[in-house]
Amino acid sequence: MSTLSDPQQGSFRPSMLLNDTRYRSATLQVIAAVLLALCLFYLYSNLATNLRAAGLNISFAFLGAPAGYDINQTLIDYNSQSTNLRAAMVGILNTLLVAFLACITATVFGVIAGVLRLSNNWLVRKLMAVYVEIFRNIPVLIWIIIIFTIMTAVMPGPRAFRGDEPSSTMFLDLFAFTNRGVYTPGPFFTRGVGGEAGSIVNWLIVIATLIGSFFATRFVTNRANETQAATGERPNTLWTNLALWFVPIIVVLFILGLSWDVPELKGFNFAGGIKIGGPLIALWFALSIYTGAFIAENVRAGILAVSKGQTEAASALGLRPRRVMSLVVLPQAMRVIIPPLISQFLNITKNSSLAIAVGYADITATLGGITLNQTGRAIECVLLLMAFYLIISLLISAGMNVYNNAVKLKER
Amino acid sequence: MKKSVILGALTVAGLSAGAAAAATLDDVKARGKLNCGVTTGLVGFAAPDANGEWKGFDVAVCRAVAAAVLGDANAVEFVPTTGKTRFTALASGEIDMLARNTTWTFSRDVDLKFTFVGVNYYDGQGFMVPKELGVSSAKDLDGATVCIQTGTTTELNLADFFRANNISYEPVPIETNAEAQQQYLAGACDVYTTDASGLAATRATFENPGDHTLLPEIVSKEPLGPLVRHGDDEWGDVVRWTLNALITAEELGVSSANVGEMASNTNNPEVARLLGTEGELGAMLGLDADWAKRAIETQGNYGEIFAKNIGEETPIGLARGLNAQWTDGGLLYSPPFR
Repeated sequence: MSTLSDPQQGSFRPSMLLNDTRYRSATLQVIAAVLLALCLFYLYSNLATNLRAAGLNISFAFLGAPAGYDINQTLIDYNSQSTNLRAAMVGILNTLLVAFLACITATVFGVIAGVLRLSNNWLVRKLMAVYVEIFRNIPVLIWIIIIFTIMTAVMPGPRAFRGDEPSSTMFLDLFAFTNRGVYTPGPFFTRGVGGEAGSIVNWLIVIATLIGSFFATRFVTNRANETQAATGERPNTLWTNLALWFVPIIVVLFILGLSWDVPELKGFNFAGGIKIGGPLIALWFALSIYTGAFIAENVRAGILAVSKGQTEAASALGLRPRRVMSLVVLPQAMRVIIPPLISQFLNITKNSSLAIAVGYADITATLGGITLNQTGRAIECVLLLMAFYLIISLLISAGMNVYNNAVKLKER
Repeated sequence: MKKSVILGALTVAGLSAGAAAAATLDDVKARGKLNCGVTTGLVGFAAPDANGEWKGFDVAVCRAVAAAVLGDANAVEFVPTTGKTRFTALASGEIDMLARNTTWTFSRDVDLKFTFVGVNYYDGQGFMVPKELGVSSAKDLDGATVCIQTGTTTELNLADFFRANNISYEPVPIETNAEAQQQYLAGACDVYTTDASGLAATRATFENPGDHTLLPEIVSKEPLGPLVRHGDDEWGDVVRWTLNALITAEELGVSSANVGEMASNTNNPEVARLLGTEGELGAMLGLDADWAKRAIETQGNYGEIFAKNIGEETPIGLARGLNAQWTDGGLLYSPPFR
């Protein structure tokens, strides 16, 4: 039988929808779409019927009502009279914070462990293998709980810092490591712009200064490259660049009057400074070492995928092993490493929902936990949660794909 | 509604049950077992003992209902639930009733569509702190770190209390009483707050209970009682009147020791009606005549259950207080059996 069918002008018969290859795929897709729509409609009507029978309804009005509960870590202003929507925003920011931090540290751990696992040193190689195998094969929830339990059991409570001869003292008189978290000095500006709301403006000024320095040094380096290309002589850029980095930021910080707020034992807890809560540390660290082990395997696979001839050729040119890795092997390994790295970043973001195990106030704990529980609006909360994780995952995916396209091998 | 069960379970585990569960009593009888939701473990109220057998004040309510309905106080499947899972478990039909330190509130009754059948313990929210902190009032707790079971009314009361007194605190949300105990003892929080009865029960399990004090402030009303799903009044009546039978038995002087004798020769007509020797109360509930007698025989009356599990003779050591009979100045008051 031929896979090609002759064009038949003007004599369309319904049977052609299935028999004619020109129409068949479209027909099947329409049928599938209709079936899917029917299935969804059935599920929805079933839900609606049962909700009606139980005297319940779907309503998102609860988002505007006061939440009534407090949250221990908030990146934006929040109190118990704020709305459930704001509590959800607090949770979203906390989720993004821990996911962002863990993605960075997991990548660092992963790249180091992956490269060292291919080291020529037997001990280093085996140590990394042990790290990867141990952390990869035990569920992340267990790591989170282990780290959190060790932290609360081993570290001293704030009470231990009290008294004339306390059993614990602050590290350098600046940092306090307690079972409730780590207290570090926090920067603030004595001559900052504006009042409460101005603090963000101050930080924006600092960030803008740093970005300005970055572009200025890049400009200087580019000029140096051009000069080198034209004349063969490279002007010394080191001092110019150092000055461009440090002078503006020091001047800006001096004008704003940078000071440090050192944590101090007041009442029940340390007050002042910045508190990095125990739950955040446990979650961050556990996600990092756990996912780091997976990333290490991705990195190893990527490196092994680069032909050995590349390494040998680079070595023959006289490059040292470290430069061979950073200039020749890793750039080529990227095309193998990046795609699975995207899924690891997605995993970190989704696994951060295990925060509830240690009382970290992420979106699953606020919207999907306390709000759901206090309002009883389970369906609405779960729908919102699903939408949030879906959107975040798609955004991470999209962003990483842009990066992948930038670094992947360009075939000419 | 039958056809919707599978797909309904896929979409909203549980909400289909509201309509399908109009005959819980028949379901329980057919199953031969009562599914009763309890806490994941709070000594005195509901916790498995060394032999793995559930014991406690709330457990006794489950067993009394099983004795009344099925004739066997041991025909109970105990389903441990956390503060967060309890309502879903009940709404979905996973459990037939919930006897779990659950506060009767307006929104739970009206908005979440449950029926509270009565109060088996009148409680209030309290605070526990280590003695060495030297705190004598909850109003001195400014800046304290507070362990709190998440998803409970205590969580909301706590926020209200600190807000009303214009002091601040840092919440440490935890899931179960056991976790809270561990965090509190490790010093990860300064204060543990929950219902005062729960605090007393938790403190009783500590190595040195004397090192911890309960602060005098009781910041809320927490009427705790068993509840069932909305819309199944017959089943609600069974649980409600089993609880009332235990309370009435104490008021009328019927105990597990004398219930057999009282049933055969009493000249008090209410006792006779309660124990099924007169009238048709059991049949009206859809049970046999001896339903209340069996509940009292196996579990004892309210006073006995209280004394055995949480009373002053036990390590938990709670006084009757508000939970005394109305005749003794307490709040316990069962409607008459007639």
